[in-house]
Amino acid sequence: MLNGYGGQILRVDLTTGKITKEATPGELARDFLGGRGFGAYFLFKEVPKGADPLGPQNKLILSTGLFSGMLVPGGGKCDWTTKSPLTGGYASASLGGHFTAEMKYAGIDSIILEGISPKPVYLFIDDDKIELRDAAALWGKGAIEVEKQFKDKFGEEYQVAVIGPGGENLVSYASINHDYGRQAGRGGVGTVMGVKKIKAIVLHGTKSVSVADMEAYRKAGMALYKACKEAEFLPEWTRYGTTVVTSWCDEVGALPTRNFSAGSFEEGKSLYGAVMREKIVITDKGCFGCPSPCGKYSRSKKYNLEVEGPEYETIGMMGSNLGIADIEAVAKLNLMCDDLGIDTISAGSAIGWAMECYEKGIFTKKDTDGLDLKFGNAEAAFTLAEKIALKEGLGALLAEGVKRAAQKVGQGSEKFAIHVKGMEQSAYATHNATAMLISYMTCDVGAHHNRAWAITYDLQVGRDKVVPEKVARVIWLQNFRPMFDVLGGCRLQWVELGIDRDLYCPALEAITGVKRSWADLETVGEKIWNLTRLFWARENEDFGRQWDMPSPRFYEEPPTTGVTKGQITKLEDVNKLLDMYYEQRGWSADGMPAAATLERLGINTLVA
Amino acid sequence: MRLYVDSAKCSGCHACRVACSLNLFGESNPKKAALVIEPHFPAKGVYKVKVCTQCGDCAAVCPTEAIKKNDRGAYYVDFAECNLCEACVPECPEGVMFLRAELADTAWECDLCGDCVAVCGTSALWIAD
Repeated sequence: MLNGYGGQILRVDLTTGKITKEATPGELARDFLGGRGFGAYFLFKEVPKGADPLGPQNKLILSTGLFSGMLVPGGGKCDWTTKSPLTGGYASASLGGHFTAEMKYAGIDSIILEGISPKPVYLFIDDDKIELRDAAALWGKGAIEVEKQFKDKFGEEYQVAVIGPGGENLVSYASINHDYGRQAGRGGVGTVMGVKKIKAIVLHGTKSVSVADMEAYRKAGMALYKACKEAEFLPEWTRYGTTVVTSWCDEVGALPTRNFSAGSFEEGKSLYGAVMREKIVITDKGCFGCPSPCGKYSRSKKYNLEVEGPEYETIGMMGSNLGIADIEAVAKLNLMCDDLGIDTISAGSAIGWAMECYEKGIFTKKDTDGLDLKFGNAEAAFTLAEKIALKEGLGALLAEGVKRAAQKVGQGSEKFAIHVKGMEQSAYATHNATAMLISYMTCDVGAHHNRAWAITYDLQVGRDKVVPEKVARVIWLQNFRPMFDVLGGCRLQWVELGIDRDLYCPALEAITGVKRSWADLETVGEKIWNLTRLFWARENEDFGRQWDMPSPRFYEEPPTTGVTKGQITKLEDVNKLLDMYYEQRGWSADGMPAAATLERLGINTLVA
Repeated sequence: MRLYVDSAKCSGCHACRVACSLNLFGESNPKKAALVIEPHFPAKGVYKVKVCTQCGDCAAVCPTEAIKKNDRGAYYVDFAECNLCEACVPECPEGVMFLRAELADTAWECDLCGDCVAVCGTSALWIAD
């Protein structure tokens, strides 16, 4: 038995219904550790070149990590990897809550979902009892209702991951929902679950996890919690969670406003964390093992609803980005997207793009199914969110994501489709924040913020500066931060509470029996980064430099309002950033990892 | 001395239960913990936490006298003397006397080690008279 692991890889062939278990290979554990590492490895090795993301050859791979379910702050993260139906490249989404701990205690490190089921099913796991069960009666139902049904039927100890109608209807950015408000949200992982006809996964695990040195593990775990509890920022962070940044983003011009046409919102104050806490928050809601819960559970009297959130990303994308200044309307959009099973970031971007098309006259009421799709019209946004999930009217176009929707509509709308590699940019406006811009450009799944949240570094060293140090910082973050996804843990105790990251190393050593420094771990991060880059190149014949370009909005259209009014990154600086990035990564001028780089990282034979 | 909880402060993270299992059994397994977190979602949106109040009702009915007091003055189950009769379980007014034969060959309860308090980030738990 490998210390710190569940010990098994579960393989479910949906086409035949055959379920098999394999012992987790020691070499895989040594080289890729778990979580995102396992996902990237299985995706690259097992999904054949050119596989249709919506076909039987694609796989959906869920993985726990070494910190999942353990006495390590934030050990509540589960990685979901697949070939993305949104981008055609690598997708890896992180799910918080309690799912990953349950999976670990059921003795499972990865679940590999293969093939396509002939009928709707759910996967039921109760320790060693593993079955595919009929889900015909659940098909078409909302994610929240289905989770509640399972909890009522099996009990609160059972953890549930479920798709909504968005996943069933193959919206390109469908999400997977869990714990009434936690999502594996990005890249269409829920879409792949939908096409495989798996409505839900229900898990229960009661096994103990073996560790190499129990007393050292206990001591290291307690030291980590102690550091978190002593952190100066803990009370404020816990009070506001991710919404602590809403006001900051507004003040520095990073808050996406009206489809990223500006970075500050005139009515932004009504969306700030303090307003939200006062107005709607009722409970702090944590993921497994988290001493600093960012989850805020809210109640809107206006709309008569309860919802987890909204988180900052949703506030940015479905609030200011749509010109909506009512936190309760954002809460309603949040709940709708969760229940319908669509990603709030991509959906917010798609609706924002549609609103801009309407305001510019590219869309008329004939195109919008009669909706008055002006920025700020919350009622229209409610209707459109539902239409996206059900793929009705304009919703069917928006369900494809902004890249494909803009390609179809044309008329210059491509220029304000805010994405990289087909993934809608998350909620940081990058007109004048060059580290954050190169972070989005080079992120391994498309324009997502969590690999390298470099925007504070922009402010620190000068936001328009284009210097090698910025690129080096982004690369370091990209190698380091995703290691939390590999380890099945959360990065926010390091990011927000500022605890010493070296405190994690004794815990990791005590759990596994193997000593690893952060330098060792960053090398694993770099290896995975290069492997997934090669996956993009393998799956897309024309893949290269052009795929790393941001939306022209960030180098052609300075905002006309707000803090960043008149500010813009020059195209030559965008290219300069890329040149520096490729050079520092050991990649060619077209963004391909050089042979020497692959050899240094020990993956030359894997990718040959 | 006993353990107290303010359920309104609980965020349902279960760190307390992992720490508890390490103390009671020397195992990493939150199912083998001596406190209960009941989530009430999607409505009312609250957690209800149940902890041992050291009332001693369990010890009073134990036929083998397996429930003893430790040097902290807290009740605990002497695993070697528990005969799995389950007499203690229904006596517990808080529902925090545990016996799950599939998990352990003994009943268990809180022994007031305090590790749950140490890991609780929201200070929902504390020990006092």
